[in-house]
Amino acid sequence: MKVLMFGWEFPPHISGGLGTACYGLVKGLVHHNQDIIFVVPKLWGDEEPLADFVNASDIEIDYREKKFIDTWKNLTYLEINSFLVPYLGPQEFEKYTDYTLHHRSDVDETVFSNKYEFSGKYGKNLMEEVSRYALVATQIAKMKDHDIIHAHDWLAYPAGIAAKQISGKPLVAHIHATQFDRAGQGGAQGPVFEMEKAGLLAADHVVAVSHLTRNIVIEKYGVDPDKVSVLHNAVLDASIIHSTIRKNVPEKIVTFLGRITFQKGPEYFVEAAKKVIDRDPNVRFVMAGSGDLLNRMVERVAELGMGTRFHFTGFLKGQDVDDMYAISDVYVMPSVSEPFGIAPLEAVRHNTPVIISKQSGVAEVLRNAIKIDFWDVDAMADAIFGLLHYESIARMFKELGSEELKNLKWEHVAAKLVTVYEKLHKQQP
Amino acid sequence: MRTICFYFQVHQPFRIKPYRFFDIGEDHYYWDDYSNKSIIRKVATKCYLPMNALLLDLIKRYNGKFKVTFSISGVCLDQFEAYAPDVLASFQELVATGHVELLSETDAHALASLTSEEEFARSVERHKAKIKRLFNGYEPKVFRNTELIYSDKIGAMVSKLGYQGMLTEGAKHILGWKSPNFVYQNSIDPNLKILLKNFQLSDDIAFRFSNKTWSDYPLTTEKFVNWINAIPKEQEVLNLFMDYETFGEHQWAETGIFEFMRVLPEAVFNYTDFDFSTTTEVAKNANPIAKINVPVPISWADEERDLTAWLGNDLQKEAFTKLYELEAQVKKIEDADIQRDWNYLQTSDHFYYMCTKFFSDGAVHSYFSHYDTPYDAFINYMNVLSDFILRVKNKEKELVGVQ
Repeated sequence: MKVLMFGWEFPPHISGGLGTACYGLVKGLVHHNQDIIFVVPKLWGDEEPLADFVNASDIEIDYREKKFIDTWKNLTYLEINSFLVPYLGPQEFEKYTDYTLHHRSDVDETVFSNKYEFSGKYGKNLMEEVSRYALVATQIAKMKDHDIIHAHDWLAYPAGIAAKQISGKPLVAHIHATQFDRAGQGGAQGPVFEMEKAGLLAADHVVAVSHLTRNIVIEKYGVDPDKVSVLHNAVLDASIIHSTIRKNVPEKIVTFLGRITFQKGPEYFVEAAKKVIDRDPNVRFVMAGSGDLLNRMVERVAELGMGTRFHFTGFLKGQDVDDMYAISDVYVMPSVSEPFGIAPLEAVRHNTPVIISKQSGVAEVLRNAIKIDFWDVDAMADAIFGLLHYESIARMFKELGSEELKNLKWEHVAAKLVTVYEKLHKQQP
Repeated sequence: MRTICFYFQVHQPFRIKPYRFFDIGEDHYYWDDYSNKSIIRKVATKCYLPMNALLLDLIKRYNGKFKVTFSISGVCLDQFEAYAPDVLASFQELVATGHVELLSETDAHALASLTSEEEFARSVERHKAKIKRLFNGYEPKVFRNTELIYSDKIGAMVSKLGYQGMLTEGAKHILGWKSPNFVYQNSIDPNLKILLKNFQLSDDIAFRFSNKTWSDYPLTTEKFVNWINAIPKEQEVLNLFMDYETFGEHQWAETGIFEFMRVLPEAVFNYTDFDFSTTTEVAKNANPIAKINVPVPISWADEERDLTAWLGNDLQKEAFTKLYELEAQVKKIEDADIQRDWNYLQTSDHFYYMCTKFFSDGAVHSYFSHYDTPYDAFINYMNVLSDFILRVKNKEKELVGVQ
């Protein structure tokens, strides 16, 4: 099967989990002998040659052609005086929206120039880039022979829809995160929501990264349940990481590692920490990461008087992240809404026991973890205490967790996806 | 004469309430009264009361030619006294007919036989006293250990306590080519008769009765009688052992399980050369055919018929070890609450909830657990046990202070 795939990023140039997931999926599909044409806004040249990469920045279009005009007409909903960065919390989100209102560049003109240099980032011209990306898709759909169109997240949905209009091939909309995960209940409005909804409804099949996300797609976007299937994410490397790092404090360490934003539920971690420290002073808590709620968390920790037991590291990357996992005795991911959430699997690779919220997709695949409701700080505190004090449970997680990881392979995910492709291909008139 | 021996297990654990680590040292009451009461009431309505009434009818109709054997755990009897005196009265009425036998077991439905002969004997004694008090001086003659757990050594312990017979599973890996439909003897003390569960025919009723994907569905008395008649003539005992909650609870009334049991005796009397016996009658009347060797403990649980449902993983082993480490200390403490909690904490179900085998036997295990995961069960139990350990230590200090 020849798959025309639209994604916003591809390793090594990524800013979030989306690129990693695309990479894993493409690798799995190649394993099953699928031919992939992967379109990214900007190609850097150092991508692993797994697919026929198409650099959207290289595609020339003639805006006088009727097909582009038609596509543009269908994209009018992009002309909205707001600006959105896809993976920010509501407060940052608001800040950026304000900013663009006052610095708005005129979308129409730049989009219709012959060639367009994409940044491929989530910058202030994002909406413009998404629109232009869709126009480019129209051209690519004409140039490149394909059987299936596959678009990842809302950024690529307009492109997917445009390609489908040209070639008439079945469209698979892959959903890695919804606007409800990013913005909470306020997600039900604005251009991103509209684009997500248009993409999901136009798709012949929707692939969600968890049952949690599948339910959102059905309930909040009104997508027919029969055309939504679940493909959980997998891990690229399931091997156990044996770190040589030694922690230099005698106490046990409990860690939160992620963006400090509403979506990740950091405040519940702080409240649970207080409950644990009240009973057991021989524990240290670490909040690693940055985000719009960081200052509020620092204030709350001070207010609770546990500053000598609760530490902030700021944003971590590379080896520091690995070291943090390695010296942790418990890793907690209290996400309020997490479509999948790959971080706990990284913790498992470091033999660190994990506590995850039931509101995360990863809870559907990881058995050897304690699962709690994100708001239930009593249960969270209790789980932390249990993992720190009752040895056998941590031992079991170590034994079984690594076994479990071995079963989360991208080849398995891709195999399921191929059956979806084949079914759609057969159903074509 | 060939005979069918029905034995039903009646058991409900005292479930532990959600108990957080910050309750340790603060809250010394562990039991989930609300859920324990509501479960007893639910099972009473669906199973105990209607099935007891049905059995009483059958016993009267056949003038005692139909008979059954029960084993009722001590923790279950305590809950009947507290929450379901009507159920207790109906069991008392059954026993009073003289055609219903009661077995001995450990008071707490405990796993003590696997770790301490002394605690095991104490627990059996507690249960015996309870049966005597509640059932008009009744004294059981035959023993059933928790979950039919049995080994040569456990059998010898039971024989020492004065029992004539003991029940266990007719596990394939123990029997090999041998048939469960004979009476066997304990390999250390041949005086102890061993009755083996025919798991094929027992599970046809207990597990497969309402399974629509089973090739023999639906199970009728005609079919069942045909299968009984197919048993070779020289095999004289058919032991049908199952949870009493099979009737109306595991197999709902809608499946027709009550109707099946109502007409089964008639079919057996009319179309087979079998009658019905209690376990004591089987132990007394049948000729033991051979000794049976069981060096490693067996049980009636899961495909493996071993102990892995209760002591198969590190969680279970840690909880079990930490609990029984307290034995010597607890014995010295004369405090009713401590003794009660020590008893109730031993119930096998607490360890069963921590089982991680659910990957293969998932359906059965999750059906019987009120915890989301085995890890939740473990943490909750360990929190309670941590508090209990503190209480035991404090009492011990008081004792030392007094001396």
